[in-house]
Amino acid sequence: MEGLTLSDAEQKYYSDLFSYCDIESTKKVAANGRVLELFRAAQLPNDVVLQIMELCGATRLGYFGRSQFYIALKLVAVAQSGFPLRVESINTVKDLPLPRFVASKNEQESRHAASYSSDSENQGSYSGVIPPPPGRGQVKKGSISHDPVQPRASADQQEPASPVVSPQQSPPTSPHTWRKHNRHPSGGNSERPLAGAGPFWSPFGETQSGSSTGDAVWSGHSPPPPQENWVSFADTPPTSTLLTMHPASVQDQTTVRTVASATTANEIRRQSSSYDDPWKITDEQRQYYINQFKTIQPDLNGFIPGSAAKEFFTKSKLPILELSHIWELSDFDKDGALTLDEFCAAFHLVVARKNGYDLPEKLPESLMPKLIDLEDSADVGDQPGEVGYSGSPAEAPPSKSPSMPSLNQTWPELNQSSEQWETFSERSSSSQTLTQFDSNIAPADPDTAIVHPVPIRMTPSKIHMQEMELKRTSSDHTNPTSPLLVKTSDLSEENKINSSVKFASGNTVADGYSSSDSFTSDPEQIGNSVTRQRSHSGTSPDNTAPPPPPPRPQPSHSRSSSLDMNRTFSVTTGQQQAGVVAQPPAVPPRPQPSQAPGPVVHRPVDADGLITHTSTSPQQIPEQPNFADFSQFEVFAASNVNEEQDDEAEKHPEVLSVEKASDPASSLRVAKTDSKIEEKTAASAPANVSKGTTPLAPPPKPVRRRLKSEDELRPEIDEHTQKTGVLAAVLASQPSIPRSVGKDKKAIQASIRRNKETNTVLARLNSELQQQLKDVLEERISLEVQLEQLRPFSHL
Amino acid sequence: MAVCVAVIAKENYPLYIRSVPTESELQFHYMVHTSLDVVDEKVSAMGKALVDQRELYLGLLYPTEDYKVYGYVTNSKVKFVMVVDSSNAALRDNEIRSMFRKLHNSYTDVMCNPFYTPGDRIQSRCACACRGGPAGRGSCSESK
Repeated sequence: MEGLTLSDAEQKYYSDLFSYCDIESTKKVAANGRVLELFRAAQLPNDVVLQIMELCGATRLGYFGRSQFYIALKLVAVAQSGFPLRVESINTVKDLPLPRFVASKNEQESRHAASYSSDSENQGSYSGVIPPPPGRGQVKKGSISHDPVQPRASADQQEPASPVVSPQQSPPTSPHTWRKHNRHPSGGNSERPLAGAGPFWSPFGETQSGSSTGDAVWSGHSPPPPQENWVSFADTPPTSTLLTMHPASVQDQTTVRTVASATTANEIRRQSSSYDDPWKITDEQRQYYINQFKTIQPDLNGFIPGSAAKEFFTKSKLPILELSHIWELSDFDKDGALTLDEFCAAFHLVVARKNGYDLPEKLPESLMPKLIDLEDSADVGDQPGEVGYSGSPAEAPPSKSPSMPSLNQTWPELNQSSEQWETFSERSSSSQTLTQFDSNIAPADPDTAIVHPVPIRMTPSKIHMQEMELKRTSSDHTNPTSPLLVKTSDLSEENKINSSVKFASGNTVADGYSSSDSFTSDPEQIGNSVTRQRSHSGTSPDNTAPPPPPPRPQPSHSRSSSLDMNRTFSVTTGQQQAGVVAQPPAVPPRPQPSQAPGPVVHRPVDADGLITHTSTSPQQIPEQPNFADFSQFEVFAASNVNEEQDDEAEKHPEVLSVEKASDPASSLRVAKTDSKIEEKTAASAPANVSKGTTPLAPPPKPVRRRLKSEDELRPEIDEHTQKTGVLAAVLASQPSIPRSVGKDKKAIQASIRRNKETNTVLARLNSELQQQLKDVLEERISLEVQLEQLRPFSHL
Repeated sequence: MAVCVAVIAKENYPLYIRSVPTESELQFHYMVHTSLDVVDEKVSAMGKALVDQRELYLGLLYPTEDYKVYGYVTNSKVKFVMVVDSSNAALRDNEIRSMFRKLHNSYTDVMCNPFYTPGDRIQSRCACACRGGPAGRGSCSESK
């Protein structure tokens, strides 16, 4: 392959064509597609084309490298000039006109090409047929440093002639074109019919056609003209401009264009000022863009959403693919919306593309959105744009970005910090957590926030808690439920435990429940029972605290509601505190008469305990110091067996009197014991008396004793009979207690006692059932909680 | 070196598939196609848990004698499949993840484009460039 020497014009032209053909920017062009079109457009016979291809070596290589392409173009020129095709002819033929590429679509195009060529000839500086850009001469003179640009610029000019060679040039050409346009007053563009062959270069063709109106025509392409042309493009009027965009309508373009051109001519001339940066947006352009932006988004600081932008730019009739690419370039922050800067950049790119300029791979510096301020960045942007733009067009864009100083902070970020992207992407890849978070409905639900730290509160309101759990992730589920479950288990345990202490604690918990206001009837039910119990507990703990019930054999108590009895009993009596308090003192009065007066003082307090202790079988007694007393009673009983009856009778009045003297509540208890086994009471009396030494017997004890007494009264009857006899004897021995109570009273009182006893039994039964109900409810709630826990997982 | 990258839509048709130009490009296409089954398998395996808890990166789908196939699925059931040359001293899992992350980012950028309708073939040049980025960079960084 001989060395190829090209003139400047040729160099420019060829490079433009090559870039045009080099669609994929691979620096080599396959022998198909546009190359073939190009060669066909050269209006050469096929065999000549084949020969050319062979000569340039493309057939050998299988593709067109740049050099091959240039050689081919040169050969085309040679062929078009009529010279024989030979390898030597590449360099030998001097002053070869630039190869002509004519589209076969339009006759006008060919004419146009001719006109272009004529124009170019008129220019004088170019012998090429292709209409040189009007200002090419000036361009060439003016900017040696922009040589690489100029070929493109010229190529732009030339391209209109060759519809096939649509401008796929780099941006730089645009200002040049403007300038050329301005400085090219005339261009022999007498011929109107612009070859609107390709959509790309039709604008060019139009501009070229009317040299006098060339400016106007150019206006159709350059951005400033778009100010009017765009108007048409965007909306209606200068149909000429619209037509210019469409290859179809070529005929009418000229006339209309003249009108439009005149208006834009001035602007075009003004455009010439922006020389350096082809991608820089001029003031008029920017103003135009801003106006357009306002039509979509009145707020200049606001965003244009992607959909609106899509509609707007679709009006430009560019292919969607190119619009997509423009969007990718201009949407700097990748947010799917366009700021004013982004919009201007996109608009500028669209304009350039409409004018046939190739879309850059990277956003040019001058088009980068000014993230700082419009004013500041504009100044900053200008300089780097100008400074950076010195190389060839192909190099310009890449050179710009690194050379860009501090224009856009994000741009360096995007370029350099892949790590940053990594971090971003990590966040984005952790979008699953984000989506998790987003999918959580109202995670900041105040109720949930409140509930969690107070699991106790949750227990009664499990329904509410379940609702909140559904909103939360599984991790959250465990939190409310675990304490809840724990609480329920605790409650259940507590409820099942017969000890008053535990029940008291359960009641305290219930206090917590009842104190929670925000919960529904379920807790209320429990709360009610609990409150009821609380009322009991409220009183009993206060009173029973001093006398701890631990020694009481809990397992021996079959009924857990022994305490309940007390409390229910006190409730039924309506004298809770009094009852509880009075119970202990209630019992002692009975043994008082039978006992020495000494313990009498203590008896009111110890009475219940004593009585219960005594009334209960000796089984309970072992735990208490009264045990010893029983032995005494037994002694007494043994000694006074004979006097059982009398003693009982005596004791009854004594007891009765004592009862009357004491609280009615205590009398109930006493009555109960009496009703069951009078001997027992008698027995208990001395027991109580003996017990007088002991401090206050815990009311639960007496209660339990009483319960126990109920259960064991009968079996213990025999045992107690003797004791009662002893008691009776003892009582009888005490003359201090009067025995004036009549038998009538006694009978009535006995009946009263029986009734009261039944009442207490029923009350106890009720309390026990309440307990069971509470347990069942808690179980139900726990099951529901578990169900709710399981439910979300079952959903896929 | 990632020899093939593919973006598969929810309905299991390819949105974008690019391979290192070799003769056996069809083989890569076929590998990607067969890997879809494995992807579905993995997705359904962890499908019991909530979707949110599902890991996006699926890991090695299946190895062949020459290549390994890695998978990645997004929350919108768009799958990324990458075929990696086994001759590469085993690429670390993290690198594969980072490559997928970049791919995901590029994909989201494409999605953000209003001119792109979901379901279309991805023809974005930026996507091509980005594909070259993760595939090349990731492998190069590792090989060096």
